[in-house]
Amino acid sequence: MARTHITTVVNGDETEFLTEDGTSLLNALRDEVGLTGVKEGCGTGDCGACSVMIDDKVTCACLVFAPEVDGSTILTVEGLADSGELHPLQQCFLEGAALQCGICTPGFLISAKALLDKNPDPTETEIRYALAGNLCRCTGYDKIIRAVQEAAREMRGQ
Amino acid sequence: MKYVAPSSVEEATSLLSTSPSAQVFAGATDVVPQLRAGRPAPEVLVDLKNIEELVSVANDGDKWTVGAATPTANLTEDQAFSDEFPGLSEAAGLIGSDQIQNRSSLGGNLCNGSPAADSVPAMVVNGARAVVAGPNGTRVLDVAEVVTGPGETSLDADEFIVEFEIDRMPARTGDAYLRMIPRTEMDIAVVGAGARITLAEDGSIEQAALALGAVAPTVVRVPDAETALVGNTADDETLSAVANAASEACNPIDDKRGTVAYRKQVAGVLAKRAVLIAIERAEQRNGTN
Repeated sequence: MARTHITTVVNGDETEFLTEDGTSLLNALRDEVGLTGVKEGCGTGDCGACSVMIDDKVTCACLVFAPEVDGSTILTVEGLADSGELHPLQQCFLEGAALQCGICTPGFLISAKALLDKNPDPTETEIRYALAGNLCRCTGYDKIIRAVQEAAREMRGQ
Repeated sequence: MKYVAPSSVEEATSLLSTSPSAQVFAGATDVVPQLRAGRPAPEVLVDLKNIEELVSVANDGDKWTVGAATPTANLTEDQAFSDEFPGLSEAAGLIGSDQIQNRSSLGGNLCNGSPAADSVPAMVVNGARAVVAGPNGTRVLDVAEVVTGPGETSLDADEFIVEFEIDRMPARTGDAYLRMIPRTEMDIAVVGAGARITLAEDGSIEQAALALGAVAPTVVRVPDAETALVGNTADDETLSAVANAASEACNPIDDKRGTVAYRKQVAGVLAKRAVLIAIERAEQRNGTN
């Protein structure tokens, strides 16, 4: 089948790739662009492991057909660190042991970033609702919530 | 599967007329899981999000128009709409996670045909109409006429919903939607109840609409509850009639989310609570829009 040419900006870099039309953005990012930080958990939009931001909106890359993102701007977990320096969310996840196996972590980081972009000072309840679409099966949620709270404090300069 | 993203309603209807196996989609939050579950793949995927009318929320003074493919996040973040239709806004906001909210739409939630679709009872009680485009132009249907059974709609294969029209909320009118799920978030309704109440100047109930989700093959109106409310106030006797009528209107299934008996009981409870919230909101809307 003919492959479609897609032009996007991924993590700040203009990125072009070829894809079959029915391919998910998740698979295109992993297999064509080489960004394997985007994880497949369920493949049906339930677990959030493949969360990415498309034009500043968080969504599950498994639910997006790759051709939909032609002309869009995408942020994956690989784009969070700035010139080798971890994003405060990443640093706080590390320091707070907010991950064990790590499969869910890229999705949590992106969802948490989407939340803090909109709401720099969320309550614990707001964090829990904002991360409700991300499932973690080993660490549990408390350390993740605390890491997000800590990162939010740092990012507010407190 | 071939992907196409038409930029006009006409282009989309003509594509659908010439592609016997085409699937329209907005956020694909139901389409992708269904394909992954083994539903036969369509030849053509028609992305409706590039059509301007399908992704907009507008108010022309007499009515609101909500594009059928508009992400539900856009609707819940529209302060003016959400202030006027808090019940419908909250119902739309209950669909899935933030990730889903940025993709899910009223058109998709309706046309997927799930009996448990959260936005549908809230659209029905607000008298929402679906503007349906097809090869011969557009027709307008009440939202309640769109779904005919689980996964089934009255739309032809070459038709799709362009937008929903919702008349402005009259004075002294409020809406509400409640759903029962065993968790706090990220679940499918065991029962959903939408209510809309208009109060007379003397505080009695002038108009009432009640619709239930997840308790029958399609969303059901509860005319006996509506009759019990009109002309009365929400006293214990009236509310008990509402609850009984709601339980009676149910024709539910037993499944892992709830038994028949449980769904009937909960339908009565949610119906009462939704009516009370709608009344409270109606009391706060004394003026006009």
